[in-house]
Amino acid sequence: MLLLVAAPLLLAAVAFAAPWSRLRPPVLLAGALVHFGTVAWLWAAPPAPAFGGWLAIDAAGQLVLLLVSTLFLVCAVYAQGYLARRRDRDNRAFVGGLLVLLAAISAVAMAQHLGLLWVAIEITTLATAPLIYFNQNELALEAAWKYLVVCSVGIAMALLGTFLLALASAGPGGPRSLLLADLVAAGPGLARPWVRFAYVFLLAGYGTKMGLAPFHAWKPDVYGEAPGLLGALLSGGVTSVAFLGIIRVLQVCLAAGEGGFARQALVALGLLSIGLAAVFLIRQRDLKRMLAYSSVEHMGILVLGVGLGGAAATGAFLHLLYNGLTKGALFLTAGNIHRAFGTKDIDKLRGAARVLPVSGPVFLAAFLAITGSPPFAPFFSEFAILDGAVQAGAWGPAAAYLVGLAVIFVGMGATVLRVVQGVPPEEARSTAMGDTLLTAGPPLALLAAILALGLWVPAPLRTLVGAAAALVGGG
Amino acid sequence: MTTWADLLFLLVLVLDLFVLASSRLRAGIRAVAAQGGLLALLPVVLAGPATETRHVVALALGALAVKGVGIPWLLARATRESTVNREVAPLVGFAPSMVLGALGIVVAVWYAGPIPLPVPGKHPLLVPTAIGTAWTGLLLIVTRRKAVGQVLGFLVLENGVFVLGLLLSDFMPAMVEVGVLLDLFAAVFVMGLVMFDIQRAFSSLDTEKLASLKD
Amino acid sequence: MLFTALQLAAFLVLPPLLLGVIGRVKSRVAGREGPPLLQPWRDLLRLAGKGAVYSRTTTWVFRAGPVVGLAAILAAGLLMPLGAPSATVAFAGDFALLASLLGLARFVTVVAALDTGSSFEGMGAAREVTFSALAEPALFLGLVSLARSTGGLDLTHLLGDGLAVAWRSDASSLLLVALSIFVVALAENARIPVDDPATHLELTMIHEVMVLDHSGPDLALIQYGAALKLYLFGALVVKLALGARLADPAAAFAAFLAGQLAFAAAIGLVEATMARLRLVRVPQLLIGASVLSGFALVLLLRT
Repeated sequence: MLLLVAAPLLLAAVAFAAPWSRLRPPVLLAGALVHFGTVAWLWAAPPAPAFGGWLAIDAAGQLVLLLVSTLFLVCAVYAQGYLARRRDRDNRAFVGGLLVLLAAISAVAMAQHLGLLWVAIEITTLATAPLIYFNQNELALEAAWKYLVVCSVGIAMALLGTFLLALASAGPGGPRSLLLADLVAAGPGLARPWVRFAYVFLLAGYGTKMGLAPFHAWKPDVYGEAPGLLGALLSGGVTSVAFLGIIRVLQVCLAAGEGGFARQALVALGLLSIGLAAVFLIRQRDLKRMLAYSSVEHMGILVLGVGLGGAAATGAFLHLLYNGLTKGALFLTAGNIHRAFGTKDIDKLRGAARVLPVSGPVFLAAFLAITGSPPFAPFFSEFAILDGAVQAGAWGPAAAYLVGLAVIFVGMGATVLRVVQGVPPEEARSTAMGDTLLTAGPPLALLAAILALGLWVPAPLRTLVGAAAALVGGG
Repeated sequence: MTTWADLLFLLVLVLDLFVLASSRLRAGIRAVAAQGGLLALLPVVLAGPATETRHVVALALGALAVKGVGIPWLLARATRESTVNREVAPLVGFAPSMVLGALGIVVAVWYAGPIPLPVPGKHPLLVPTAIGTAWTGLLLIVTRRKAVGQVLGFLVLENGVFVLGLLLSDFMPAMVEVGVLLDLFAAVFVMGLVMFDIQRAFSSLDTEKLASLKD
Repeated sequence: MLFTALQLAAFLVLPPLLLGVIGRVKSRVAGREGPPLLQPWRDLLRLAGKGAVYSRTTTWVFRAGPVVGLAAILAAGLLMPLGAPSATVAFAGDFALLASLLGLARFVTVVAALDTGSSFEGMGAAREVTFSALAEPALFLGLVSLARSTGGLDLTHLLGDGLAVAWRSDASSLLLVALSIFVVALAENARIPVDDPATHLELTMIHEVMVLDHSGPDLALIQYGAALKLYLFGALVVKLALGARLADPAAAFAAFLAGQLAFAAAIGLVEATMARLRLVRVPQLLIGASVLSGFALVLLLRT
């Protein structure tokens, strides 16, 4: 289990120390492969909790590990081609930072101690900031600054919340511990006003990291300016672990009998995120910012599902996986389009399908998938959440959710179709940045995966998702 | 001892208001440094019979070194090398932001003060001070335009978190607190580095110029 | 009885000397000898002996201003314990009357200034009213805090025995109140850092510019009234800071006078070491004072 954290860290050290920039991309790939192998092995043979229960893999953690590891592997393959094209930039910090990020994400997924969880999420923030600045222009700097300011505030709030939760556990009969198992076992023994207090701060803190409205201010800027590869990892990986943080807190709240309040807050934030994203997605002029708002939307869908509970929670955990994979395909192809046309301004993007015969259509298909068109996998998870809402009798949220999805489908569709179809401008047709096996293959593989998952869900995955949803009272 | 603790908490809160009201960045940095120094005294003053002396001393010295001296010094250096000394036209004026800050503190005293603490024998002003200081920090980050002003806000926010952490010093291992100091350091350090780059790229520390990304 | 008479006599005689002390301290800090202590009295007498000049545009309002103003301040002096065991007149809620009388004095001065029809006076009046409107909440919140912590509703109790107990239980709140009232005292009496009583530049003046048109005995009345007001605020600060009252009335009286001396010296030090604030910063200072008072009150109510 320790290997999941130690191996990427070790390789990150290698990447920072090695003087040859040609060598670093393979190091990245090696880290991804080792990580993927380890995750697969741990899934097959579940390990016992380690370090006095501080590290353990439960169903939710396993799901996140699976998602992140797959996504990272795909991105690592993509990075081989991407970094070969970007020889102009020193890739030392980029490769090293990515590996540190992988280690931190793994630590979050396995952390069973809320203090450790917080530290690991903090490290993901610190590791991401230099990655955003990879392009080293003024806009990237602005994005990195905003990211640091907004996320460090979120992190501070989360710490405040963690302290409050520790305080809640210190009452008579409380466990005086931040281990998740202890807190859940103590349940009603926790001091309830402080649990609620803690929940508010933790939700705001991890919600900032996750990019829920109204704490999403950093997201469009960062996704707009960061390399597409990083966008894929942020929207699939970092936000997923922040979601995991919220899940952990929700577990404690449910055990402490504050579930009603906690769920209401989640539903409200979820609907707000969907609505706000819908507003900003209409007539969005920037390809990557469009994806960022789409990410805000899907984070909203995740917390909405968990907030509704029951069948919707199962849908939310499925959606966590599907959204991560689909976002990967979207961001990687958007990066390709950006590179080939030299712009991400919608007005200047035409005929991506002709310039990029693979990336263009994959982008279109991934758009269809993310907006919930069958037969792609996200359709089933989004439908499961709707189903759960109706079953729970939450007609209001269900209706708002449907309207939001419809508006977003139309709003995004107008933009995406314009980019993919049409006649490309003259200069783009002779681009040197056309599709290659290494840049177009990875998103194609992701698309194939979500298509396959839409047609058939393997039984172990089904069990895993069910177990994860059971943690927060779903199933 | 309670009176001293009272006084310390009040001074911390008054410094919050001072930072909100001051337009000179250097005065703000000095006030935040003073606040850090006061926070270093808190664990000593609040130490009960249950607390371990070594732990208290380490915490106080650590807070003094990092919050009182180290980070303010770094920040002061960062501002000395630039020509920026004043906060220009914050989004919310100085007097209104001071009143807003005071309102937040009053709300914190009014509502957070009376909630019974699960751990007995703690100072009644501790939680309100923590929440009020955190609120001040948020206010600073949101309303100030200069990068240094925002960093100051973050420091004040972290100070609030630190005050709350003092509640846990009895039963949580030192790890949490050490982690805080470390992370604070790291955050500001990275911020400082980025700030130098902002300065190089824009020849000023005005985050208002960082406004080309918007919808 | 004896001490009541004594405190009234002191109230009538000593205030200009307070101004003399401030002047001396300022000069000494600056390395000068300074005017003699009796100089303010001499100035007053000299002014009183002169004739008055009245502009043709003024009405009776202008002439009534100094007289009513001084009368209001003298009446306020009756309500304040000025060294004797109790104030000359005391009843529940008299602190509100005290504040109102001081407000009345300010009002007639302002109206008299407006009556001249001069733009300078109007400017000064506008500033005076703005700043005192901001200082008033600080004073009131401070007095209410005192009432809360001592349990008294008249100034004699507010600033009397209860304080000694209150200092022991709510020291920090009282400290905030004392600080806030000291700031109010500086602002109300037109001292640095709010106003510079020695300035000769009309554009930056506040209080002095309002009385530019007064001359002779009228000016003497106004300046005497200002000195009395300073003495009153001094009494407030001194009583608050002294806290416990000595059992022996003579010793208490002596302590009070020594306190007034220290108050004047403190003002002198502030004036010597600080620069006048820019006008736009003054409201911030006063709002800060109000915030401190309000905060003290919240603490008293809640803990």
